[in-house]
Amino acid sequence: MSETLVQTVPSPMRKRRFFDGNMIAVVVLVVLAFPLPLLLEQGQEAIAIRVLIFAMLGMSWNIMSGFGGMFSFGHAAYFGIGGYTSSILLVNLGISPWIGMVAGMGLAAGYGVIVGWLCFRYKLRGTYFALATFAFAEMLRIIVQSAEVLNASVGWNVPLIQGSSWWLMQFPAGSPNYFWLGLGLMAACLVVTIVFMRSKAGRFTIAIREDETAASSLGVPVLRYKLTAIALSGAIGAVAGVFYTQYYLFIDPELGFGAYRSIEAILIPVVGGIGTIWGPIVGSVLLAPLNDITAAILRNPPPFLEFLQGRTGLDVMLYAVLIILVILFLPKGVFGTIKEKVTKR
Amino acid sequence: MSPIVTVEHIGKSFKGLRALHDVSFTVDAGEVLGIIGPNGAGKTTLFNCMAGLFPPSTGTVHYEGQDVTGWSDARLARAGMVRTFQLMRPFGSMTVVENVAVAAAARGESEKEAEAEAWDIVQRIGLGQYATRTSKDLPTAGLKRLELARALALHPRVLLLDEVLAGLVPTERQPVIDLLLSIRDEGTTLLFVEHVMQAVMALSDRVIVLNQGEMLASGTPEEVTKNPEVIEAYLGDEVTDADSH
Repeated sequence: MSETLVQTVPSPMRKRRFFDGNMIAVVVLVVLAFPLPLLLEQGQEAIAIRVLIFAMLGMSWNIMSGFGGMFSFGHAAYFGIGGYTSSILLVNLGISPWIGMVAGMGLAAGYGVIVGWLCFRYKLRGTYFALATFAFAEMLRIIVQSAEVLNASVGWNVPLIQGSSWWLMQFPAGSPNYFWLGLGLMAACLVVTIVFMRSKAGRFTIAIREDETAASSLGVPVLRYKLTAIALSGAIGAVAGVFYTQYYLFIDPELGFGAYRSIEAILIPVVGGIGTIWGPIVGSVLLAPLNDITAAILRNPPPFLEFLQGRTGLDVMLYAVLIILVILFLPKGVFGTIKEKVTKR
Repeated sequence: MSPIVTVEHIGKSFKGLRALHDVSFTVDAGEVLGIIGPNGAGKTTLFNCMAGLFPPSTGTVHYEGQDVTGWSDARLARAGMVRTFQLMRPFGSMTVVENVAVAAAARGESEKEAEAEAWDIVQRIGLGQYATRTSKDLPTAGLKRLELARALALHPRVLLLDEVLAGLVPTERQPVIDLLLSIRDEGTTLLFVEHVMQAVMALSDRVIVLNQGEMLASGTPEEVTKNPEVIEAYLGDEVTDADSH
């Protein structure tokens, strides 16, 4: 080797610690968020809980589509599978939603692997892949809507218990336990995402997103790791669905499998920052309160917005405006843009 | 010495268009084989068939005595037969070290080992100053080295190099040629497609010439460059050009 080629620069290798910056941030987040239900009013707590559900849904989409580059337009499927599996097991067999959650995660992951495998088998990419995920999710919605055994369009009510039970994931209305349960689940999903992304599988997932042919030519088993990312994404989506159902005590085909849910899953990381660990968290904090803010405006509009009184759909309009603004001015999302600015400095 | 790679009667057609026809040759372990030919001669198609990017329409490829025809590129790469691309394909958002660590990890190393090895290779290949920069910020010469660095992380026994010097100015070529010679000296068998005759002459133990998908000639660089058929089909003035570099 020619001497001129060798340049010695201090190694950038850092000691790999479990508690890196991201993990410390999770701990800080949990500690800061923990007292919230004791400080917030009941209505505000409901919004905070929706932030947690949105965060999990957004994280789920972000793993498959943000980190993995496989654009999903059918994430409602995972959410719905989670919610339906746990509620059916609970109502029909009295099985705890915790076990229902594990079963839902497995089913959602399995569904994702099958759909993913079919898509890759027929070489669907980009828009066609997105359309296929949408079609499969719609297919599930229609099946659920028409299958009597699944209660068709009636949906499922989670049976009320009198009192409070962690095992049955049910607490009296306004109990801070719901928030703490959601916070715990959200933090667990976040930790799993962080661990995944710094593992070999996470590195391969990014490599495949950047250049599938190059990754494959470097020995990366592309199909296996694409399906791994989809399975993990599906499992986290199912957790969001189970917690949603246990909190609202109800799920039906539209709430579980509807296209609106798939759009929500996309918007959260798009606003927060696609392909970043914290993007879905930031996105959910920004998007989850929108419904309530718009509902409040419509109920009691300020004088210059009086014409809005009693109308509906303002939240959807605001979503649209927000998305246009983000795409125009922050194409990497709020967190993505901040991260880029800080890194460049 | 037994051949490390044996290509027998390889052919490839794309929807009736014959890109490669009945090409056969062997490569001994430690040998450096140059593959030349005019544009469209089938050089890259030959590499793609050998490296598993797509299977050949006819014929077989043996690697280390094993029939590897139809193996995927990923499987071949892990087995030690690795190709690089003419157009550089970095993982743009990753740093240079992370790019190389992907290949080391694909070979089966743990994340920690992969990163440590990637760091060594990056230093060795002369990209130390760029190690923690994102690969999309690298100049062309750096990207060429990165392609090599990633391939080396797989501990290749056979390297298929597709125009590794293309896009480099003449002053950037010699260091890369030196680097390839050092890789050869460590026992890696090199097959390379190249238009830069300076490199073909400097590196090759043997050269094969493809023309219109068929093998036109084979021999030492001197023999090939004196072959009248080759001169007519391809080399023309370039031999004298190369001498002047």
